[in-house]
Amino acid sequence: MRASRSSTISSVSDLDLKEPVARKAQPDAAGAPVAPVSPVDAEAAGVGKSFGETPIFSDVSFRLARGEAVALVGANGTGKSTLLRCLMGLIPVTSGSVRLLRQDVAAARTPELRALRARIGLVSQRHNLVPRLSVLSNVVQGLLGRHPGPRHWSHVVAPAASRDAAMAALRKVGLEEFALRRADRLSGGQSQRVAIARAIVGGPELLFADEPCASLDPAAGEDVMELFFRLVRDEAVTVVFTSHNIDHALKYGDRVLGLAHGRLQLDATAASLAASDLRGLYD
Amino acid sequence: MTDFAAPARLERPSALAFLGYAAGIVIVVWCFAGAGFSLEKMATAPPRFADFIDRAFPPNLAPDTLVRQGWKMVETLQIALAGAVLRVILSVPIALLAARGLIAAPWISQVIRTILGFIRAVPDIAWALVFVVAVGLGPFAGMLAIMVDTIGFCGRFFADDMEAADKGPAESLTATGARKTDVVVCATIPAATPAFISTSLYALEKAVRSSTILGLVGAGGIGIELKVGFDLFDYPTAMTVILMIAVVVIGIEYLSGWARTKIIGDER
Repeated sequence: MRASRSSTISSVSDLDLKEPVARKAQPDAAGAPVAPVSPVDAEAAGVGKSFGETPIFSDVSFRLARGEAVALVGANGTGKSTLLRCLMGLIPVTSGSVRLLRQDVAAARTPELRALRARIGLVSQRHNLVPRLSVLSNVVQGLLGRHPGPRHWSHVVAPAASRDAAMAALRKVGLEEFALRRADRLSGGQSQRVAIARAIVGGPELLFADEPCASLDPAAGEDVMELFFRLVRDEAVTVVFTSHNIDHALKYGDRVLGLAHGRLQLDATAASLAASDLRGLYD
Repeated sequence: MTDFAAPARLERPSALAFLGYAAGIVIVVWCFAGAGFSLEKMATAPPRFADFIDRAFPPNLAPDTLVRQGWKMVETLQIALAGAVLRVILSVPIALLAARGLIAAPWISQVIRTILGFIRAVPDIAWALVFVVAVGLGPFAGMLAIMVDTIGFCGRFFADDMEAADKGPAESLTATGARKTDVVVCATIPAATPAFISTSLYALEKAVRSSTILGLVGAGGIGIELKVGFDLFDYPTAMTVILMIAVVVIGIEYLSGWARTKIIGDER
């Protein structure tokens, strides 16, 4: 489901983090009914991160309903990418807690964390494909969380079902004819499409995208964003993406979270915002 | 306009820095003295060198000598290549353990790195002497010496290459829930492969150079021909060996450079 764009601006303090996972539809302040709130797929409560003595952000709290697309915006150095990594448990939080798909990330033991990550996808700014391997092998490796071991190290030895799944993912991004091409022989846009295929091949319930078109030219970036959001909306996947592009944040996000000065300064529906509202985050 | 004077071209050293420079010069002079540096010998060396060249040329190009030395050179290359292949195979798992932050606990990486440092500290000729005692005279002792010597070299550099490899693909695979071993095999090792190939080819060149002198201590290869040539004052034969070694080593360096370019292109 897509979250309603008719919601009003909400501040972080408006969120009741102790509330049960699913809520019934409630009338808003004006008495108009709002869409029922879906189960929560991600929840950050008082999250803070420091590197040594240097604080990056603190007291970041928000909840993501299933199927919601959330844009995380903020100036360079505000910790958008760091926050994504904290959410996925790739780096530990300094304070607070993160729950993904109803599981506490910090409390999860390694096998549980791996099982959790197998239900999540990540698309990085730098694509992060393995350059010397084929496109198909890169996508097959996206299944390693669900199928660990040598049979998913390369498409050459992968089971037929995994090869078929990888080809289906490549078809979705329009690159099936590039399956056997080396990943480092692709253009930037093609490379990012392969990264998207790798992220979606396992059918993730939750996707994180860290500035997915930052390294692409505007046209290629627009193509990648269109494709990415068409795919995730088809599958009703919950998405958190960081972006410096205010237009992208408003166009593709149902909700916008803004980081500035080490705090979450903005949590509002995209429909309720204008580009000028976001420019203040970059001052 | 602001009135700024240009700074002094050279800064006057502090008293401590001056003492440091002076101590450095004293140490260098002391080293020259310890190494038996002699201007008198430097002055008399060129005529003696010219005399050696005069007695060594023309080199001994008799067919039976060339055939005998040619086979010894083949044996030398066999020692180098066999040692190199074993070394590369063994170096990868050792390097995986030596690389910090990859699969082994920090203390294990430190222990492995210390052992690799010890192996590198002992020169190849000393390893050859050890293996001649252990397995007897012949090329097998030379092969083992080459293998152990260059495991120290490759293990260390492979580990450094993996530590320096782009972490992005590894992070993306970790984010899929992949196990550490899967991440290392699928992302870290492929990312470090160009550096592995470059290091391996350089190690092969080094192994060929080393294997040419192992015969001096009875560990096989063409070095024994060189020793016999000098022991018998048969300088034309010794010169043939020297020229043969030079041609083969330079040839291997060219071949290695060509292979490096063909396999990994401009990557490092």
